[in-house]
Amino acid sequence: MSKRYFSALLFTVVLVCAAALILGQHVSAAGEGKITGTVKLDGAAPHMKGIDMSKDPYCSKAHANDTPHLETVVTGASGGLENVVLYISDWSGPATVSTAVPVFDQKNCMYTPHVLAMDVGQTFKVTTSDQTTHNIHPLPNPMTGNIPWNQSQPPGAAPVEKSWKAPEVIPVKCNIHPWMNGWYVVVKGPYATTDANGNYTISNVPPGSYTVTAWQETYGTQTAKVTVAAGGAGTADFTFKAK
Amino acid sequence: MRTRLQTWSLLLGATAVLALPAASWAQLTQADFEPRLGMESHVGNLTGHAKDAKADYRRYCVGCHGELGDGNGENAPYMQPPIYQQPRDFQLAVFKCRSTPTGTLPADQDLFDAITRGFDRTNMPQWNTLSKQERADLVAWVKHYSPRWATEKPGTPITIPPEPEVTADRIKAGRDVFARVQCWKCHGVLGQANGPSASTLTDDLGRPIAPFNFTEGARPKCGDTDKDIFRIFMTGLDGTPMPSYADNIKPDEAWDLVFYLRTLMRQDSKEKVLAKGLNLKPVDPNAPAGQQ
Repeated sequence: MSKRYFSALLFTVVLVCAAALILGQHVSAAGEGKITGTVKLDGAAPHMKGIDMSKDPYCSKAHANDTPHLETVVTGASGGLENVVLYISDWSGPATVSTAVPVFDQKNCMYTPHVLAMDVGQTFKVTTSDQTTHNIHPLPNPMTGNIPWNQSQPPGAAPVEKSWKAPEVIPVKCNIHPWMNGWYVVVKGPYATTDANGNYTISNVPPGSYTVTAWQETYGTQTAKVTVAAGGAGTADFTFKAK
Repeated sequence: MRTRLQTWSLLLGATAVLALPAASWAQLTQADFEPRLGMESHVGNLTGHAKDAKADYRRYCVGCHGELGDGNGENAPYMQPPIYQQPRDFQLAVFKCRSTPTGTLPADQDLFDAITRGFDRTNMPQWNTLSKQERADLVAWVKHYSPRWATEKPGTPITIPPEPEVTADRIKAGRDVFARVQCWKCHGVLGQANGPSASTLTDDLGRPIAPFNFTEGARPKCGDTDKDIFRIFMTGLDGTPMPSYADNIKPDEAWDLVFYLRTLMRQDSKEKVLAKGLNLKPVDPNAPAGQQ
């Protein structure tokens, strides 16, 4: 066989392999389902205290037309709970499934979002939209393998990109603005965070039976069993009792 | 007596309930550390051995840092904020004075320097009475309390360019850096530790902590040479509210800031002499960013 035929053959084989690889991915994606649901608060939402930002004129000016409030319990339409993180607590697949780069912004001296969920090993970005200096200071327990760090972000600072090594709920604070408190919820596998009305969708869940855990910063966790059929949707609704 | 680990669980209150995997911490015992007694340190051309430090640690360190290296020695209850600071918990392997970036392990040399220098305004004295070999051995001993040293390498020390000549222009440029990155938010416009955020500062374990007061004649905890001061704000003091500015101050500007900070300090310096002729006004805390 001549060299030319051989390279043509080799090329075809490579093409077929590549096609199989791409198609194969499509096949598995088609088989994946999702878990959806709503998280609600049973009872009246506790009063969220207003925040006095007068220590920093920039911050108080940013809120000249509104009063900033604590965000430990945020409810929307018909008692939907915002900022609840849903994840599969008995996940046995790869820890890092999301390739998105979630963004944690410091805006008007508050964290947006207040709760940022992410996978172990997933890169996330901390940005600042403010014209005042913040220090971004996550407080993991070093015994888990997550190491605390503390970086400044003066006005116009470039984003800070980081990731975490172990699953953990990590409080984040700014020492300069003591009212700034947020959370990094680091989990393994697929996750979702509830929207303003308490709705969520965990996508890319392979068929199977799972335990879904809902985490809320004030009320703790709840779990539910869910079965996801190939290409189907499992449902898990949660209700936290107002304290 | 409440252990440091229990304090952690309390501090992270909500976190503790979450039952996320790996968030379990049990009280460690000496048996947990024994497998790591082979730990070494490398300081200059000295090699320190943890096992050789056992006697020195028991004689000089255990009273404050404790048998388990968790900072809960028998003297620890008398060393509490706000007047004193709790002895360092070596199990956490989080250290203030590093030549390495925030969130990384310190170099062996950093721990050696800390033992040698001691910490101004704390109960940690200078241990320069011990031989260099003994101090290198103690560095290895400190490291044997955390598994991080087995799985991680220390960070790469930050680059410190040679110190330039102090000039009036550099001092003025340093004041601009002080204004731009807003050191005064905690340290105050005159370095008197009375910035708007000073009163609410807490350390990583939630205990009150004060920013450094430049005007009292005290020495910075992580050393008082120009290089030490450069390192302090570029690496941050992990475990405290002091963040790293490495991403936001260029190395050359960092020297300018060092020179400006010298003008705030009570100690005599050539920077202070130069600054007298400059008639520098303190930073205006109410000026919008970028308009000092």
